[in-house]
Amino acid sequence: MARVVLVTGVSRYLGGRMARILTDDPAIERVIGVDVVAPTGDIGGADFVRADIRNPIIGKVLATAEVDTVVHMGVIATPRQAGGRTPMKEINVIGTMQLLAACQKAASVTKLVVKSSTSVYGAGPGDPALFTEDMEPRHPPTGGWAKDSVEVESYVRGLARRRPDLTVSTLRFANFLGPTANTPMAQYFSLPVIPTVWGYDARLQFVHEDDGLEVIRRATVEAHPGIYNVAGEGVLSLSQAIRRAGRVEVPIWSPLVGVAGRWVRRGGFADFSPEQIRLLTHGRAVDITRLTTRFGFTPRFTTEQAFDDFVHARRLNNVLSPDLVSGAETVAGRILSGWSA
Amino acid sequence: MVGVSDAQILQMPGAEDSQTGEVAVPGDGPSWSDQVGLALEFLRHRALGEYRVDAFGFDPELNDSVLMAALRPLYRHWFRVEVRGIEHIPAEGGALVVGNHAGTIGLDTAMVQLAILDEHPAHRHLRTLGGEFLFSLPFVGMLARKAGATLACTPDAERLLRAGELVAVWPEGYKGTGKRFSERYRLQRFGRGGFVSAALSTGVPIVPCSVVGSEEIYPMIGNARLLARLFGLPYFPITPTFPWLGPLGVVPLPSKWVIEFGEPIDTAAFGSAAADDPMLVFEITDQVRETIQHNLYRMLVRRRGLFR
Repeated sequence: MARVVLVTGVSRYLGGRMARILTDDPAIERVIGVDVVAPTGDIGGADFVRADIRNPIIGKVLATAEVDTVVHMGVIATPRQAGGRTPMKEINVIGTMQLLAACQKAASVTKLVVKSSTSVYGAGPGDPALFTEDMEPRHPPTGGWAKDSVEVESYVRGLARRRPDLTVSTLRFANFLGPTANTPMAQYFSLPVIPTVWGYDARLQFVHEDDGLEVIRRATVEAHPGIYNVAGEGVLSLSQAIRRAGRVEVPIWSPLVGVAGRWVRRGGFADFSPEQIRLLTHGRAVDITRLTTRFGFTPRFTTEQAFDDFVHARRLNNVLSPDLVSGAETVAGRILSGWSA
Repeated sequence: MVGVSDAQILQMPGAEDSQTGEVAVPGDGPSWSDQVGLALEFLRHRALGEYRVDAFGFDPELNDSVLMAALRPLYRHWFRVEVRGIEHIPAEGGALVVGNHAGTIGLDTAMVQLAILDEHPAHRHLRTLGGEFLFSLPFVGMLARKAGATLACTPDAERLLRAGELVAVWPEGYKGTGKRFSERYRLQRFGRGGFVSAALSTGVPIVPCSVVGSEEIYPMIGNARLLARLFGLPYFPITPTFPWLGPLGVVPLPSKWVIEFGEPIDTAAFGSAAADDPMLVFEITDQVRETIQHNLYRMLVRRRGLFR
């Protein structure tokens, strides 16, 4: 069905890999990758068009290449990737508006696949344990990437209303983790000591990068209209994840977390935005029943397996390694058994 | 009642590969070195994150080995909890326990949870439903989730009940825990009956639960509204000992507790569509409330004294 596919956000890791996966598909004639900056990695046989999706040039690309499927992966998660919050918001929101306006005009376009995020559900103490796609957020996101994602989704809904003939798939992904993807969560768990919010233990979900890309691929070559949550099954609590990564947790008193977050961010260690802090305080998990039944895909990696794969591939387990803990267990066992003898 | 804490620790997975200490003496309970091995095994699980947490944040290993074990002395020796009608709790499948809520900080939820874990033949885990305020609190909210609590909302209640879990709710909420001592054992309004529609739509029985003794642990004689507003609390309790005696004021009075589970109220006969019939929901809500209130009065009449 998909013949000519346009992929936005192709210069970043996931977008580049997606372009490679799609060019390997013999049924797809042509893949066009679009981004603001030139790709640093391999984008396979995709044609690269350096275009700012914020300006109307994207419309010309759609028309001249007769694009039938648009895969929108151009929403940026952290200000650092865009060079500040203002350009980030422009790329995310204005860029999406331009792209969708072009899609609406281009008669050749029949399908739109949007990589969104479960961050649209917000995070707070009044959240249900698992969000389904129909639930409204109880604590709507107030800023950053999460709010951008909410706005992107609302523009996508607008387009779907105006072009009912389009097949629109909105994919809400949990945080990506895996051997290579350099996501904000990957940076966070790579810190040697990990700041957390004192007195809270968030429930987290991850989607393995291979599973995430497979869902986007299927949405591109098959037809799956609607909104789908995408996450590995199960949850990890934050403290448990830190222990599995062999890291040391440093709880920070909640009134000081904002200051500490700015400090970590300014130092360039990891993204610790207010939205990220809310997620790491209250946690968030989603129901993937619609993905497994209607979409027909069960992620190969559970949340736990995705996390473990990330830990092993990055060789993170070096601060408090399982060997060290087992060794300590053996020594303590000998000493304590000796007491009773 | 045997030492459930020991029993739970023995059930922990991976115990067979423990290599610490000598061979156990047969027939003489776990030896010292075995116990050391199991305890270290537990610590290793915790240190390496090798345990499971469910979607609600329930951590069964931590709950059984640490949280419930910590509450057990309070349950056995301080409140000397007596449990009646435990046979009304089904051995398997979903059921909704509905109780009276009292005692300023709501220790009754933990005591009912422990009563079912220890006294029920199937040692079932009770999944409690709490208000949003509970989960906004540091430490308390976190521990509540680890002990199996989740937000009192329709999606969570129905998800747990459909999964065949034993769920408990205290529909009076903060109106129950924050009422004056002069109003003790008088049930407050039962919310909007959301718990009844959850039971109806999943077809599980409702088990009324009446608790006597919980009202006397912190007799609330006043409410410092200004302080409550200042700290963002639903109420700020004044008791004969709190805040006058400082940290000593948080020691609960050792009242004698009785937890009684009543006859289950069947909801499956109405069909799941009945959840959308507000009239029926109100009727069942009233029926449950009346049952609990009636049982409370009957138990109070037979009570020998506050502390024995």
